[in-house]
Amino acid sequence: MATTTQAQPILSALPPASGRAGFGGTLASEFTKIRSVRSTYWTLLVLLVVSVGIGAAITGGTAASWSHMAPSDRASFDPTQASVAGLFYLGQLVIVVFGAMTLTAEYSTGMIRTSLTAMPRRTVVYAAKATIFAIVALVVTFVAAFISFFLGQLLLSSTHDTATLSQPNVLRAVVGSALYVTLCGLFAFAVGAILRHTAGTITAVIGVLFVVPILAHLLPQSWYQDVDRWLPDAAGRALSVTVGPPPGHLFSAWNQFAVFAVYTAVLLVVGAVLFLKRDA
Amino acid sequence: MIEVRGLVKQYGAKIAVNDLSFDVEPGHVTGFLGPNGAGKTTTMRLILGLDYPDAGTSLIHGKRYAGLAYPMREVGALIDAKAVHGGRSAYNHLLCLAQTNNLPKRRVGEVLELVGLTEVARKRTRGFSLGMSQRLGIAGTLLGDPAVLMFDEPVNGLDPEGILWIRNLMKALAAEGRTVFVSSHLMSEMENTADHLIVIGRGSLLADCTMEEFIARSSGQTVRVRTPQPDLLAKAVSEAIPDATRAGVATAATAGAATAGAATAGAATARPTATTEADGSLTVHGLTAAQVGDLAFDHGVRLHELTVVRASLEAAFMELTADSVEYRAGEGPAEQPAPVSEGAI
Repeated sequence: MATTTQAQPILSALPPASGRAGFGGTLASEFTKIRSVRSTYWTLLVLLVVSVGIGAAITGGTAASWSHMAPSDRASFDPTQASVAGLFYLGQLVIVVFGAMTLTAEYSTGMIRTSLTAMPRRTVVYAAKATIFAIVALVVTFVAAFISFFLGQLLLSSTHDTATLSQPNVLRAVVGSALYVTLCGLFAFAVGAILRHTAGTITAVIGVLFVVPILAHLLPQSWYQDVDRWLPDAAGRALSVTVGPPPGHLFSAWNQFAVFAVYTAVLLVVGAVLFLKRDA
Repeated sequence: MIEVRGLVKQYGAKIAVNDLSFDVEPGHVTGFLGPNGAGKTTTMRLILGLDYPDAGTSLIHGKRYAGLAYPMREVGALIDAKAVHGGRSAYNHLLCLAQTNNLPKRRVGEVLELVGLTEVARKRTRGFSLGMSQRLGIAGTLLGDPAVLMFDEPVNGLDPEGILWIRNLMKALAAEGRTVFVSSHLMSEMENTADHLIVIGRGSLLADCTMEEFIARSSGQTVRVRTPQPDLLAKAVSEAIPDATRAGVATAATAGAATAGAATAGAATARPTATTEADGSLTVHGLTAAQVGDLAFDHGVRLHELTVVRASLEAAFMELTADSVEYRAGEGPAEQPAPVSEGAI
């Protein structure tokens, strides 16, 4: 390491400043942050591989056993849902971790103190972080959803029971699963802002998205049907179905998505208020 | 210019900062001293808006920190050198800070060069030593060419060369007319760097004075004398009151500010004393070396040694903060922090 003992700083003059440091610069800063750590690339790579891989395994496996399947099973088979199931179930897990860590990693490393010293207007930091996360998550989940879909249909071609984007509800299901998984990530981001602890956040979000639906199934059937439409993960189940009648006890697909979006929005606001009010 | 007025911060039942008020002026290195747990870091966090005060205000250039148009162009602050994401390279760490304040990219390379981290710019900071992290943190504070600089314990983890480097840097920054506010729990670090001192203990202000005033206040006049006739000299010293008082005040007045005179007046009006040490020498308090020499000459006392003993600043600092040390080794149950009501000295 070179050491300089010169006392006189030799730095070039800064251009004159006008206006105020604001959202634009902080957005660029947050993008630098997200692209400059390896964990981002690993996480997103795992998301792609797991989503596409599981989708391929399900569709490929179905194609291989198609000739032995009962006609009723063939009739209820949903080629779209099957192809994006990997993104849906496992991609969701990965994005929850990614979303949670967007903010909690700043607390665990202490970086938050440096970040808020550079940009003390906290609402700006919070909004920039959420925006950059949402953009990155949307891009990756859309890529994962469409690759999964097209690869799945390719693997299913021998069955002659494949979906195209022009069929009813198919595009909705593909786009919807990407949007749903992104929303799961924002949900985790908001819970991370509230709890400020990585493991706690991941546990809480997985509890809500995966465990609560399982517990709901233990309720008497009529209770379950009343409760289920208010669960966050029902959005994903409603959006991804393209074959057969939609689950009768749920709202329509986009309304079901709106329920989850409202939950997420409320948590994002609560997270923002706490981010603003609490000592860093 | 940093203005702190009536700052109070309480964490649960513990009062971390208790009605603290002071100014930090440009053109000087101002040392912010206090024992561990005195509230130095908390005060800095309050100034930066990382924590919110329970009462009081802190302004930089007349504004709250969060209200500054481009915070990094006005204030460069380093609170915790390890508060970085270890997976990010030094270059990218500084880049993401620079971008928040729309600072040009080239500035990142320049400050890395300045602190001597160019060669490791692309290395992840996880592997950095504490000294390298301090340099990285200091690089970050200089990104916006700010008029106000705040460093919390910046020499922690630095090697001797690094310590010299940062001392020179701080002096140079102050010489350029900037406000340099630097905390430390060691007086020895400040001795050669700071022009002004703000000393706190248990969250309260203990002293706010120039370094000269602090020296004048604390060291007093101590002279070591060796003589074959100690009894004679001791007697002469104890009888030398009137002249000594005048001379003492005159010395303090020439040393500088009026407050220094006030501070030393107490010591000067006390009777000069001569105590016999174990090795046979005499220690004279309250007289200058010249006065002791004249006195000896007047009384025909032969001198073998006449030495001015300056109490170390460290000792003065220890004495000043003795009652407000938060954590002390081996004293059984911790004493309750009594509500401090003495106020500033």
